[in-house]
Amino acid sequence: MRHMEEAIKMTETEELKPPVTSVGVIGWVKSNLFSNVFNSILTVVTLYLLWKIVPPLFQWAFIDSVWHTSAKACRGIDGACWSIIYNNFRFIIFGFFPYEQQWRPLVAMFILFGLFFYSRERKHWKKPLGYAWIVGLFTMGVLMKGGLFGLASVESTQWGGLPLTLLLSVFGLTAAYPLGVILALGRQSKMPGVKWLCVLYIELIRGVPLISLLFMSSIIFPLFLPEGITINKILRAQVAIILFTAAYIAEVVRGGLQGMSRGQYEAADSIGLNYYLTMRLIILPQALKIVIPPTVSILISAFKDTSLVVIIALWDLMKTTQSVLSNPEWMGFSREAYIFIAILYFLGCFSMSNYSRKLEKELSAGEQQ
Amino acid sequence: MNKGLSKKAEKNMSDDAMIEITDMHKWYGDFHVLQGINLKVQKKERIVICGPSGSGKSTLIRCINRLEEHQKGHIIVDGIELTNNIKDIEKIRAEVGMVFQHFNLFPHLTIIDNLTLGPIWVRKLPKSEAEEIAMFNLEKVHIAEQAKKYPGQLSGGQQQRVAIARSLCMNPKIMLFDEPTSALDPEMIKEVLDAMIELAREGMTMIVVSHEMGFAKSVAHKVLFMDFGQIVEENTPEEFFEHPQHDRTKLFLSQILH
Repeated sequence: MRHMEEAIKMTETEELKPPVTSVGVIGWVKSNLFSNVFNSILTVVTLYLLWKIVPPLFQWAFIDSVWHTSAKACRGIDGACWSIIYNNFRFIIFGFFPYEQQWRPLVAMFILFGLFFYSRERKHWKKPLGYAWIVGLFTMGVLMKGGLFGLASVESTQWGGLPLTLLLSVFGLTAAYPLGVILALGRQSKMPGVKWLCVLYIELIRGVPLISLLFMSSIIFPLFLPEGITINKILRAQVAIILFTAAYIAEVVRGGLQGMSRGQYEAADSIGLNYYLTMRLIILPQALKIVIPPTVSILISAFKDTSLVVIIALWDLMKTTQSVLSNPEWMGFSREAYIFIAILYFLGCFSMSNYSRKLEKELSAGEQQ
Repeated sequence: MNKGLSKKAEKNMSDDAMIEITDMHKWYGDFHVLQGINLKVQKKERIVICGPSGSGKSTLIRCINRLEEHQKGHIIVDGIELTNNIKDIEKIRAEVGMVFQHFNLFPHLTIIDNLTLGPIWVRKLPKSEAEEIAMFNLEKVHIAEQAKKYPGQLSGGQQQRVAIARSLCMNPKIMLFDEPTSALDPEMIKEVLDAMIELAREGMTMIVVSHEMGFAKSVAHKVLFMDFGQIVEENTPEEFFEHPQHDRTKLFLSQILH
């Protein structure tokens, strides 16, 4: 016993510092950038490319650029002509919405951003938030449409720019997600009628590009309507976007459902939960969580796909920008214009993907380490 | 044919029979997995079923709460016959608790939420009452301090005890155990068996599929040996282990009691 105790007793050693080239800044550089020959070459090539690209880019975008001039003054310069944004800002963002009333879509967007920001925390997902959303949506509707509370009426044909993009995306994605989940569950159904209906839907919709669906909704569908009945063009585009996105979400959710072990179903059965409760309380929370990454990819794509409504002459953010560029006065500054809306789209997509990471982290609270 | 026997069966059934299985057969496609099963389980009776893998013992108990469907014969649980009638199935499932080999806890819920799920959504109890029941049963299996944790943070033995408590929260009349300790490390088997012995002491009707012969000897009223889908031998533990009658039983016992 004595021997064991002595052997187990650890001898005190002098504390040695790790060698300089393996920790700290130098250590990081060495292990990440120059760890082997291939990586070192890659690092050198990348640094060279950065040196070639970044300073001229910076020069063009910030140093030689002009921000508040007229179109004529922009013609001769070397730098970026951000004046195209400055001068056309309100048209790009708001489209044909009447000039004096443009505070209305602005306020509506702020309400939307506010609601989103507050909804980030799952702790806030209680009844008051639900009511806040209902009130918020109603207010946004009134602000955009007008006609109530002394606001001038603005037809939906005049809605455009960023509010229209947000409208199509937010309603599109919010409606497509539950529809996709229902389709996925339907596809798994034991009733052949339900199952084949869902399969047909998913395969047909996935087989055509969104553009063709938008065309169909905008041009072919009205041909089938009786005389005199028209359905709002934005509504038609909205439905096309919802139906399209739902098909893709359905397949992703189906993948998640297939990953569920039978034991979960059996445990739910043995407690006495019916189909609806089993899905709602046990299966879907787990399955949907697993497929957050591909789901968010689909939602991000759908957000960017709203720009396709350009094709059916809806004046979303992309189309307003394009029309500014077709104005002879501002023709030729497409780089600046597209960089600007690219930044806007990026902000939207990045916040979605950022949020999804946050959501995943929160939901992994109880996972085995 | 599964219809029409219920009333007759009720009259013939002794008042104390919790489970009555008559000439039950089950096929998986062409494979005859359960062949002519006859079994009667009285109230407060404890049965251990053993046998080689593939003998159909798990399938048998899974037929009792309709996780598997039988094609021929009758299964009557607490007076209700098991047919395709969903209402009857749900009634039976509310009275029969099951503990699985792989625990099957819900990983996305805390322990206490795992337990209150049934009482709240099936028994329609208010949350506070469900939580009281949950804590009571967690204390019964000596794991109350883990109530706020997630299943992934517990050991196998702890998870299985939680699974037992979860079934108990539905106040079942019968508990089915499908190899409850087979997936556990040896040092955790005892804590789970202790919880089961505690249950036995309180008079629960139990059917346990297990290879834990010590448990069978100390707690079971009857031990059943199954092989190739048939109940080969059925006896009290003393008789079963001291004087096994069939050769197959003797072979099996020699293999597991080494």
